[in-house]
This record gives sequence, C-alpha cells and structure tokens, in this order.
Amino acid sequence: MERTTLDLWVGLFVVAGIAALVFLAMRVGNIGTFDTAKTYAVTAKFGNIGGLKVRAPVKSAGVVVGRVGEIRFNTQAYQAEVVLNIGNQYKFPVDTSASIMTSGLLGEQYIALEAGAEEKMLAQGDDLKITQGAVVLENLIGQFLYNKADEPTTPAK
Amino acid sequence: MPERSIGGIRKVGHRTIDGVWRMGVATRFFLLTLLHSGICLRRPHLVIREIFSAGVLSLIIIVVSGLFVGMVLGLQGYETLQTYGSEEALGILVALSLVRELGPVVAALLFASRAGSAITAEIGLMKATEQIAAMEMMAVDPIARVVAPRFWGAVISMPLLAALFSAMGIFGGYLVGVVMIGVDDGAFWSQMQSAVDFREDILNGVIKSVVFGVAVTAVALFEGYDAPPTAEGVSRATTRTVVTSSLAILALDFVLTALMFRGV
Repeated sequence: MERTTLDLWVGLFVVAGIAALVFLAMRVGNIGTFDTAKTYAVTAKFGNIGGLKVRAPVKSAGVVVGRVGEIRFNTQAYQAEVVLNIGNQYKFPVDTSASIMTSGLLGEQYIALEAGAEEKMLAQGDDLKITQGAVVLENLIGQFLYNKADEPTTPAK
Repeated sequence: MPERSIGGIRKVGHRTIDGVWRMGVATRFFLLTLLHSGICLRRPHLVIREIFSAGVLSLIIIVVSGLFVGMVLGLQGYETLQTYGSEEALGILVALSLVRELGPVVAALLFASRAGSAITAEIGLMKATEQIAAMEMMAVDPIARVVAPRFWGAVISMPLLAALFSAMGIFGGYLVGVVMIGVDDGAFWSQMQSAVDFREDILNGVIKSVVFGVAVTAVALFEGYDAPPTAEGVSRATTRTVVTSSLAILALDFVLTALMFRGV
C-alpha cells in the first residue's frame, strides 16, 4: 500500500481510538464534574455510617455539592469520622447538620447536608456538630416489634 | 517395574527442564526486543506500518463485536434489572461491565486471534523461507528490523482498540436500552456518570489493555520466531499463539482485577 494512504488510515485509527477514550472519560466517566475543582474539608462524626463509601456524594437539597474524602475510626470517641470535601463555591453555616441517607430503597448511601441559620460559614477543618448516622434496618425492625408488643391487643374475632 | 517408574520420573524432569528453558529463552527474547526498540524512534514508519496491520485491520471485527456485545448486555441487563424495577441502572451495568472487564478482555482475545496469529504466521514464514537468515547475512539485525516494530505497533494498537470496543459497546447498550426498549435517556447517562470513576474504572481498564497487549504480542512474536521452519511448525506455532495468549489474558485479567478492585 502507498505510504500516504497507510499514514492516513493509521492517523484515522489513532484519532478514533483517542476519541473513544475521551468519550469514555467525559461522557461515561465522571471526570469534569467538579472533581478537579477546589474543595474545603470538614469532618463529621457519626455513631454508625452503615454502608457509606469513600467518594460517596455529599448532597444538599438533592444537589451534589461534594464527595466523601476519607472515613476513619476515632478511637477516643469510638465513632466514625468522615471527612467531607465540599466544593469551594458552596458555603454552609456552621450549624449545618449532616445525616446519612440512602437513595432509593436499595441505592447507594450519601450524606445529606441541611443548612443551619448561623451567620458564620464553615471553613477548612471545621467540625459538623449535628449529625445523624445511618439507619440500621435491624434496629428499625426491633423498634417496630417492640412498639407492636406495646399496643393493646385487639379482641379476637 | 522400577525401570519404568524411573523412566516416568525422568520424563517429568525432562519436561520441567524443557519448560524452564523455553521460558528463559522467551524472557531473553523479550528483553532483547525491548533493547532493540531504539530503531522504532529512528524509523517511525516501520511502526506505523505495523499499527496498520495490527490495529487498522482489526478495526472491523472490534467495532462490530463491541456493538453486538453492548447490545446483548443491554437486552440481558434489562431483563434482569426490570425484575427489581431498576431499569435505569442499565447504564451503570453496561458501562461498568464494558469498561472494567469486557472491553479490555474481549478486545484482547479478538486481538490475539486476529493480529497475534498473523504476527506469528508472518514471522514463522519469514523464518521458513530463510528471509531472517538472509537479513542476518546482510548484517541487519532481524530483532530490530522485524520484531521490535511489530511489538510496538501492536502494543500501541491494543489500548486504542479496547477503548473503541468499550465505546461501541456502550453505544450498542444505548441503542437497545434507550432507543429500542425505552429506558429513560437522562437516567441512563447520569446514573452511568455517577457510577463510573475515571481513575478507578477507565484508567484501570486502559492499564489492563496495555498489559494484555504486551502479553499477546510477546507470545505471538516469540512463537513465530521460535517456530520450526516447516509448514507444520508454522501452523502449530500459530495455534499455540492463540491458545497461550488467550489463557495468558484470562489469567492476567484475574490477577489485575484482584489487585485493582478490592471493594474499597
């Protein structure tokens, strides 16, 4: 085959391959969704994080405002310590509360932020004071059974 | 009786030594190829020619199989997911299975049978028709002139082909899931984007395909160079290339997956 045609085909092939990679990165992957943007980190302590994973979304009013950066166990408080990386453009009051929620019935777990009313805003390294851990299904069922047992028994038909 | 059992043990020993010896020769051959790769930079056109025969000529089979694999994934995934009422997760299923596993592995298997066998047959025939010996006579190093450009051509082609396979597969899944069955378009893409991580999934897939490319090409080149210079020898070497490199791909895939995805 002539050299120029060969070069053309190889060029097309390489461009198509790189285009496929870019497609995978931009359209399929999550690159470009403020992953590279600047963030500030705040920590929150939870009694139970359930199935929360690193890189799980942090949402406020359902909008993703950050991601979970790190999860560790605090040996002083015997609680889970979660580092949240929140985008710099999202400012929250210092009395913001964090709770661990599940999206859908079987979906992944995320952290929901509920903004407080303070004037002062959260800054790098701050602690979230008001938190609510994940709901453990077993506890919920236990509570339900306990309440059921408390109810006055209906008369037999 | 003891004579026979000693003979059997001797056979085992002979096989072992033979295997280790071959492995040593293959490793030396591989290192020699890397050592003589300088020519690829000095004469890039040699590599471009090999990218054409390994990459461009494999395009059709890669694109078509990628499309069909994606379409089948879309159908099967939808069938299973709708039992749980989560058809919207179809995008995640198609994208993750393609980007993490099927893209690199199936593309590498196709590559082994399409391009690997061609490399082995070509080099084996070159040896059988004494072209390689002729090169040596003319003081042209056959490893630098014949082997190294083929190695780099194939290693460059492999990740591009795997990326094309994954992209075509996702397009196929989109065609079946969204266009044909009617899964919600926005949910399909947005759920996919929230679940597929660039570094964890896509980059690891690319790393896998590069490793497979090196493995397939190294096997194909060595089998071709090592083939007995007869018609039967070349045919056997070609078969061995496909079998060995397919097994190597699957075994390496397990090792790489175990290293990469530990479930956090």
